Amino acid sequence: MVFLSSDRQGAGLLARFARRDLAPNRFDIIALVLIGAFAVLVVHGARQMNLPVSHLVTEPVVLDPARLPEYALRSTLRMFSAIALSLLFTFGVATLAAKSRKAELVIIPMLDIAQSIPIMSFLAFTLTFFVGLFPASELGVEGAAIFLIFTSQAWNMAFSFYQSLRTIPSDLDEAARQFGLSPWKRFLKLELPFATPALVWNTMMSMSGGWFFVVASEAFSVGRTSYMLPGIGSWLSVAIDHRDLAAVAWAVGAMAVVIVLYDQLVFRPIVAWADKFRFEQTASEIEPESWFLDLMRRTRLLARVAEPIGNLLSHLPAPSRTTRRQPRPLDPTAALWLDRLWYSVIGAAVLWAVVTIVSYLARSLDWDEALVAVGDGFFTLGRVLVLIVIASLIWVPIGVWIGLRPAWSQRIQALAQFLAAFPANVIFPFAVMAIVALRLDPDIWLSPLIILGTQWYILFNVVAGASALPNDLKEAAGMFHLRAWQRWRDFILPGIMPYYITGALTASGGSWNASVVAEVVTWGHRTLEARGLGAFIAKATAAGDIPRVALGATVMSLFVITLNRSLWRPLYAYAEKNFRLN
Amino acid sequence: MTVTLERPQQLAAPLVEVKDLKHVYGGSRGGQDLMVLEDVDLTLNSGEIVGLLGRSGSGKSTLLRSIAGLITPTAGTVIVRDLPGDDAAHGVAMVFQSFALFPWLTVQKNVELGLEAQGVPADARRQRALAAIDLIGLDGFENAYPKELSGGMRQRVGLARALVVQPSILLMDEPFSALDVLTAETLRTDLLDLWSEGRMPIRSILLVTHNIEEAVLMCDRILVFSSNPGRVIAEIKVDLPQPRKRLDPAFRALVDDIYARMTARPKDPAAREGLFPGTGLGTVLTHISTNTLAGMIETLAAAPGARDDLSDLSRELQLEVDELLPIAETLQLMRFAEIAGREIRLTPAGKRYADADVDQRKQIFAQHVIAYVPLAAHIRRVLDDRASHQAPASRFRDELEDFMSEAYAEETMDAIITWGRYAEIFAYHEDDDRFSLDNPA
Repeated sequence: MVFLSSDRQGAGLLARFARRDLAPNRFDIIALVLIGAFAVLVVHGARQMNLPVSHLVTEPVVLDPARLPEYALRSTLRMFSAIALSLLFTFGVATLAAKSRKAELVIIPMLDIAQSIPIMSFLAFTLTFFVGLFPASELGVEGAAIFLIFTSQAWNMAFSFYQSLRTIPSDLDEAARQFGLSPWKRFLKLELPFATPALVWNTMMSMSGGWFFVVASEAFSVGRTSYMLPGIGSWLSVAIDHRDLAAVAWAVGAMAVVIVLYDQLVFRPIVAWADKFRFEQTASEIEPESWFLDLMRRTRLLARVAEPIGNLLSHLPAPSRTTRRQPRPLDPTAALWLDRLWYSVIGAAVLWAVVTIVSYLARSLDWDEALVAVGDGFFTLGRVLVLIVIASLIWVPIGVWIGLRPAWSQRIQALAQFLAAFPANVIFPFAVMAIVALRLDPDIWLSPLIILGTQWYILFNVVAGASALPNDLKEAAGMFHLRAWQRWRDFILPGIMPYYITGALTASGGSWNASVVAEVVTWGHRTLEARGLGAFIAKATAAGDIPRVALGATVMSLFVITLNRSLWRPLYAYAEKNFRLN
Repeated sequence: MTVTLERPQQLAAPLVEVKDLKHVYGGSRGGQDLMVLEDVDLTLNSGEIVGLLGRSGSGKSTLLRSIAGLITPTAGTVIVRDLPGDDAAHGVAMVFQSFALFPWLTVQKNVELGLEAQGVPADARRQRALAAIDLIGLDGFENAYPKELSGGMRQRVGLARALVVQPSILLMDEPFSALDVLTAETLRTDLLDLWSEGRMPIRSILLVTHNIEEAVLMCDRILVFSSNPGRVIAEIKVDLPQPRKRLDPAFRALVDDIYARMTARPKDPAAREGLFPGTGLGTVLTHISTNTLAGMIETLAAAPGARDDLSDLSRELQLEVDELLPIAETLQLMRFAEIAGREIRLTPAGKRYADADVDQRKQIFAQHVIAYVPLAAHIRRVLDDRASHQAPASRFRDELEDFMSEAYAEETMDAIITWGRYAEIFAYHEDDDRFSLDNPA
């Protein structure tokens, strides 16, 4: 009996396999080839990562185009390791902040500050820390690079996840509680889906910014310690040493290919997939599309194989009925005292940290040094502000022109996002050559480099803003024959303002980071230098002068935080309040 | 307070018993506490539909959520009984005003949600969900996402999702108020048909509504709530046979009777100005546009004898009691109208307003706002006294918050700003949140 029934089941399974619904179709074949290739690449790259550190010396980066695909792969793996780390961090820390008020009091201000700290200035610390952690393996150096990329990505992702968790619509929250979803089910069915659109967008922004750090983190030297991890960044650095212009061009090409591939195989499928989580009860007009996602959705065998994995995930912890009753709130006086105690613990910790930093700096540096750093800071500040103004004057009219023409804006939008993801430091050598050849003043002509990579944020935000201008307002502006200046002053500028401020804020933050690599540049043995805080940090890092690096990093963080608090935040709040359409 | 789920000894016991329920919002940290529910008793028996009827702020939704276990009330007892029987029904399930569907789940997955939480195996889940979808008339839409459905269809999904967990009590929180009139009527009829044919696995329905006709149409028993704080002011048994007809004189009489009860002045007049909570400066105002007030005065003036029946008016203007009464009461507050029972009548000033031209209307309105709304007079006095003729709005907002909660203070400020601007007794500048006397005219 038992055999018979199990036989029957087996036969059923086989028959089902033979039937059309489980047999692989042509989409399966394409998808399987792609997935297989992907798996091989990951395994190969990961194995390389774990080699002993001597391997880096015995097998240096060579400028052989045949090796370039492998270098590109290694760079890409670093990027994805960092993004995976950032996601783990986001789910853990942001969830903690959203669920516990005590944790929130510490985590949110820290995220807020970490978000605006220029990560490049901390390169030296990260490196020494990780290399110390795994002294014998390449993993230590890899870890340092990945951690550096991670620190450029994690904060805004965690912030967006936290904000989503805090703004879950109350009716869905009540429905989830009323039907008794367990915490894990609640996470899978409610919290994660609701947070997905914002998280995907922030992950994309983080990845775009991340390529810059991938390139910057692969070849580095702190004092006498210097490393070169196989990757596009190291290739570039070797090319600069050898003054090999063709090799630089190869790097630019490889980077472009990598970014196009990641855009087509990762970015677009995820954005198209995440569209279904948008919290709207009406269907959107233009749905994002992705050929790769369509391909995966059309597969038959793969979909069948993936299904049980998905089911397993939702059953991971045994289904348990949780209490629907809310916990009784704490006695108010007790809660108040507990809060005070918690505040004093945090206060003490902050005080201790400040005292430690100041006493460390005071031991090895004097006040003159600090004044130099602050003075240099004003040079860089001036550079950032002037360039934001220049970039705005150029890109706002162009962005508006494009945004008002729907046929163009779709394509240009994609191009601007591609350019924002493209690491500008790969193009630096061309600029340096031009400055050297034309004998230009580096104090002025190195400046445009700091906004080279970040100006695109202004462009694509303005395009987005201009294409979101409502049609009825456009018609009203046309009907009353507004003069050109009046049309800009009363209609277009206010309409795009919230978008423009977002773009300018992002560009400003990125420019401070770029200043660390843009204010001192080399081409072979020629080194060009512009006065500024970025140069201050870069020189201290190269010299292995840790106290001066710490000073520079602290001053730069203070500059950026002050700028954000006193200029960008108030501007943004003003624009949101007064100019938000709808 | 205690909330218990227990198995009763005999079948005759009520499904839900609520005793001396009290709920206070705002906690105990400073400011004024807001009493939402005060000493509420409720019994829900097997086989009946009970309606909780009241205006917003009457705490009826809070009572429903206390029974659902979503809110822990400040004091009192809630007993929800699971009746032993041959069907699987137990517990409670809720249908929401806003449907509360998960937009990223298909109709089928939404319906399966509660079953999945209970750990029902996938196959059984699928079959039960399909049965519920079938019952509620949604077959063919299993794979649709909520955004592809009309409002009525979405609420059907909400209903199927609640029924599929086989609750003994179905809790409905204004389930039809987000729908258009026709759709709501269809859904009500379908629900009553399913109920009277015994095709739903439930023993009782508790329905929150502010629509009097809906309550009379559907319920066996109606509890009428007063607002601020919420108390049960009347319990009405509806003995009309189903299906009920809205034009039936007995139906109409009952609706009119409930209208009268809901507009009745409370017995304890100590702290009341009209039906508004608070007195003097602390009167909580409702933000009603001056256009609406003018429109109502004109409607009343056009009626024979400048006198009208509130429940007729509500039907004629397509306004629910929740919308109509605040307008009527604001007119009464400003002495443009008087409410007696369910009748509303214009005062001589109201008639003068109706006959006046635009500028005269503003003058009449200004006189009445200054004379009968203490907050308006107060703001005007402060502005007159100051040399600069300016004052920050936050100052008055703070004063209000001594008397009422933050949300009420916000609404009261909005009302006074609108009325003051229309009457041209002061100007308000949104940019820097301040009042002034300067007039652009």
